[in-house]
Amino acid sequence: MTSSHAAIRTPRRRGDRTFYGLAFAAGIIILVALAAVAIFLIAKSIPALSAKPSDISPDDLSFLQYIAPLVFGTIWAAILALAIALPISIGIALFISHYAPRKLSRTLGYVVDLLAAVPSVVYGLWGITVLAPFVQPFYSWLVDNLGWFPLFAGPVSGTGRTILTVAIVLAVMIMPIITALCREVFLQTPRLHEEAALALGATRWEVIKMAVLPFGRAGIISATMLGLGRALGETMAVAMVLSPALVVSFALLQSKNPQTIAANIALNFPEAHGVGINVLIATGLILFVITFIVNAIARFIINRRKEFSGAN
Amino acid sequence: MDTPAYANSRRTISRTTTWATVGLSALLSVALFALLNFAGIARTFDWVGSLVVAILLYVVLISVLSAIVEGRRKSTDRFITTILYGAFALAMVPLISLIVTTIIGGIKRFDLQFFSESMRNVVDAGGGGLHAIVGTLEVTAAASVISIPIGILTAVYLVEYGQGKLARAITFLVDVMTGIPSIVAGLFAFALFSMFLGPGIRFGLGGAVALSLLMIPVVVRSTEEMLKLVPHELREASYALGVPKWLTILKVVLPTAISGIITGVVIAISRIIGETAPLLIICGLTDTTNYNLFQGRMTTLPVFVYSSYANQGTGTADIDRAWTGALVLILIVLILNLVARILSKVLAPKGSR
Repeated sequence: MTSSHAAIRTPRRRGDRTFYGLAFAAGIIILVALAAVAIFLIAKSIPALSAKPSDISPDDLSFLQYIAPLVFGTIWAAILALAIALPISIGIALFISHYAPRKLSRTLGYVVDLLAAVPSVVYGLWGITVLAPFVQPFYSWLVDNLGWFPLFAGPVSGTGRTILTVAIVLAVMIMPIITALCREVFLQTPRLHEEAALALGATRWEVIKMAVLPFGRAGIISATMLGLGRALGETMAVAMVLSPALVVSFALLQSKNPQTIAANIALNFPEAHGVGINVLIATGLILFVITFIVNAIARFIINRRKEFSGAN
Repeated sequence: MDTPAYANSRRTISRTTTWATVGLSALLSVALFALLNFAGIARTFDWVGSLVVAILLYVVLISVLSAIVEGRRKSTDRFITTILYGAFALAMVPLISLIVTTIIGGIKRFDLQFFSESMRNVVDAGGGGLHAIVGTLEVTAAASVISIPIGILTAVYLVEYGQGKLARAITFLVDVMTGIPSIVAGLFAFALFSMFLGPGIRFGLGGAVALSLLMIPVVVRSTEEMLKLVPHELREASYALGVPKWLTILKVVLPTAISGIITGVVIAISRIIGETAPLLIICGLTDTTNYNLFQGRMTTLPVFVYSSYANQGTGTADIDRAWTGALVLILIVLILNLVARILSKVLAPKGSR
């Protein structure tokens, strides 16, 4: 093959050697950077493990007691967001790929991409000034009428700054990501499968049920995981909207909500000092590990079905 | 067994009937809410509520009608179609609300003063976001200077040279980097620099390093995709003419892919320009315009928006500035996206591909 022949000859020329060296160095920098991330975060986290409870938080909690509600809050908020975002995203993706007129669908795809680029701080500002006051009356109604259901247990938050509001904001933020990926996958359904189904007399929904969704299942799962990873790490929207407490509680509508790791860091870091900084960095490391696991699962699923490498 | 589908399928609901159903459900719903209003149960006419009820009514009506006239399968199809349109409309509501609120809130302070003054010695009204705009531009530019060469060269390595374990390791690590939460990137920059420059360190370049960590994987990914699209024949033709490999990459491969690469880079910039959390940690907050990346705290636009909201004084001066900051931020992202689209059209290689 020509290219392998060229590859054998390359190191002899000076220009080739320099250019290869540059490209190689860039690759190595990535290795070093990630190693550095791991090393520095771990090095700065170690003091947190032996910190005195009085240094960790005003309530005299051990590190485990401090981190447990945060881990719970992070995962709970992300799961709620996903539960809201996933059905809607799949709906929008199907709408864009199979229902909207072709010309319109390209524009819609662009709008969805744009939605993904809106900075999270703007979502946070919108969530706290528009969404929270808007949903509060619904929350009161839910608590009054469905308060027996554990998720809707009272007392209701008077501001609407609950974990459910956060989940809605997070859902709006991860929806474009999941939609974009699902749309790519749905568009790659083999044309022949769809036409075969149509030829058998299937309605449009039956085509989707029989040809599109089974083909896109792995893609939907990996899109979900990527969305989940994004929701886990989101900081500002949560920090601005949530009215937090260090509690483990499934209740959606109260004013005492479990805080997330990322928002906790953002809110406390500017005032932190001494070993408090190490504690926050340690919580960041745990967040990194959680998102890493979620992303690894997503990558694993994508790599098993290489046909659609629409991961970005 | 059901009657065969084709026996039913001859009878279909016409377009007129569909629209009539839309009208009927709207009418019924408005009538219901007007009645509630007159009866004094609801104080004002609830537009949102009537819209929701109208949509629900339509879903039920059209499904039942279709089930009677066209059969169960067609009815399910119509039901799902309506639901999908509804899902799309529902998703558009937050977007429109977000943009409208930002424009209305931001236009109040969208004046010359906002772009020409910092917050130095400003207590209440007045002042502006110049310091934040300068900070955003400098930090983003520095992050781009770090990330773009590393990102593109890494992609070149992976596509043109990469074989074996190292390339696979780098691909894996780029995947890992894609998933780093932005706040962790900020913590890393802080951990790194506080070890060498003392605790409590805050400066602009640290923010650039943190942002690079988030930007590099995006650049690598998009560039890699683009380089893979360059046809092998082009490279082989170049080798056949005796052109060395590095010149082939520089003069043939990269120019062919340049439009896609630039689009990817611009989109990567538009992603990191809105980052708040890492900059809150490593760049800190100041009211003064700081042009020096290497020393002193440096406010960026997203952090300015956040802090204006979080530390509101009495009156609306702070929240107005926050909205204007948000508006400027959205405009920048919008413009960057437009630039990316235009560049990709202008720079696309001529001829057939």
